[in-house]
Parts: sequence; C-alpha cells; structure tokens
Amino acid sequence: MKQKHWYDYLWIASAAYLILGFFNILFAWLGLLCFFIPLLLAIGGKDKLYCNRFCGRGQLFALLGGRFGLSRKKDVPQFLKTKAFRYGFLIFFFVMFFQMLWNTYLVFSGVQDLRQAVTLLWTFRLPWQWAYRVETVPLWVSQFAFGFYSVMLTSTVLGIFTMALFKPRSWCVYCPMGTMTQLICQAKHREK
Amino acid sequence: MGKRRAVVDQKLCVACGCCVKICPVQAISVWKGLFAVVGDKCVGCGKCAKECPASVIALEVREQ
Ligand code: SF4
Ligand code: SF4
Ligand code: SF4
Repeated sequence: MKQKHWYDYLWIASAAYLILGFFNILFAWLGLLCFFIPLLLAIGGKDKLYCNRFCGRGQLFALLGGRFGLSRKKDVPQFLKTKAFRYGFLIFFFVMFFQMLWNTYLVFSGVQDLRQAVTLLWTFRLPWQWAYRVETVPLWVSQFAFGFYSVMLTSTVLGIFTMALFKPRSWCVYCPMGTMTQLICQAKHREK
Repeated sequence: MGKRRAVVDQKLCVACGCCVKICPVQAISVWKGLFAVVGDKCVGCGKCAKECPASVIALEVREQ
C-alpha cells in the first residue's frame, strides 16, 4: 500500500468549492487557483505536477468513479483522444472564457446589469440569487464570480457525465487545463 | 516465454498521471509532462492499463 500524502486529499477542496458556491457565489473566485497553479507549475519547470499530484478534481472523479463505482469503466470513444477534439475543446473553452470576461467588463462599465444566474453547459441559465449575499463588493466582482462558477460547474457536470459513461477520469482526456499544461511542456521540451 | 510489460501509446497519452498513481511498483512515470514511460520494474500487472482514462496502455509480451 502506498503512503497517503496531504495532497491526496485535495479532492475535499474540490468538493468544498462546488458546495460553497451554493451558499455564497464569491467563493467562486477561489477557482482561479486551479487555473493559475497548474500553469505556473508547468511554466516553472514542474511540468505536469499539478495533474500528476495535486489536482483535486481528478482525485474526485477517481474516487467517485473508482471507489464508489459510479463509472462503467469503458474505453472513451476514439475521437475524444484526438488532437483535433482536445485542441478544439480547448479553443471552445477559451472562447467561452473570454465571453465571460467580456460580460464582467460590461457589468464593470455599467452597460449591463448583474445577472444572478449560473449558466450550465453554456446554455441553461439556472437562477442562483440565493448565493448572492455580499452586496458591498462591486457588481463586476459578483458577475465574474457567477461566470467563473458557471465554468467550473459546467466542466464538473461534463466530467461526471463522461465519468459515468467511460473511465472515472475520462475528463482528464479532454480537460482544457490538462491539454494546456501538456502543450506548455511540449513547447518547452520540443525534441531537439 | 517472455514477460508481460506495459506499453504506452505516447502519441495519445495525455500525461495525466493516473497510471503513476496506481502502479504498485512505481514502474511508470510521466516524462517531462509529455507522456508516460515504463521502466524495467514493470511486472505487467495491468493495473495502469485499466486505470488509464485514455486507454492508451497495452500489455505486450516481451522476449527476454
Ligand atoms: S487533466 Fe484536468 S482534471 Fe485531470 S488532473 Fe489535469 S487538471 Fe486535473
Ligand atoms: S494514465 Fe494513460 S494517459 Fe494518463 S499518463 Fe498514464 S498512460 Fe498517459
Ligand atoms: S503493468 Fe503494473 S507494474 Fe507495469 S507499469 Fe502498469 S501498473 Fe506498473
């Protein structure tokens, strides 16, 4: 049996993050950590250490799909592994991300009102007013939180979906962060 | 009779490290964040192949 380390419990942080967003949307800002840490690690010479060791989301899927058996454990379809799909999904994700930043900007500049909603799968708008508690921060801070939480929730739902259908950590095959950190490594260690 | 050994399709490996976490003898590692590589310690148990989310590990019989 391998020894467990503190970082083997980071799935608790991932689960807590999703739950906290139900109570106060501003916790969504913490999600930036799982955005910058993997990139900084990859750029800072630690390669894919984030995926390989720290990623709580991957651990959560491994736990739910593995230990709790919520996965069929079948192979993912071939197309999911192709560069075209993985890079395409990364680009799609970026487009959605910038749209979210744009919405934040519109609220910041007063053009648009705050939308107290979480958008699931880029389509379904879920009312989320109950989590809007802090009225003292600027509106754009909240708008960003709603947008970012939408991104996190959407990717979790997609991840759970592919976890159930295929292998527990199927999400890792097309995870934009994973693709991005792998691309950084490829750029850094290009065959000479 | 050759021993069974894990072989990674490095073109399709996403370097997620699931195989590293599951390997009982630390025979597999992710090389420079690019893909997984199998070392000599591999006993061909096949745990990594089952775990790999991209299913890019095969077990092959190697002549000694
Ligand atoms: S591929 Fe994504 S979900 Fe999987 S370990 Fe890496 S960052 Fe986490
Ligand atoms: S689990 Fe599969 S995809 Fe992930 S690093 Fe190992 S061989 Fe590559
Ligand atoms: S086959 Fe077993 S021993 Fe060999 S790399 Fe995979 S998990 Fe490790």
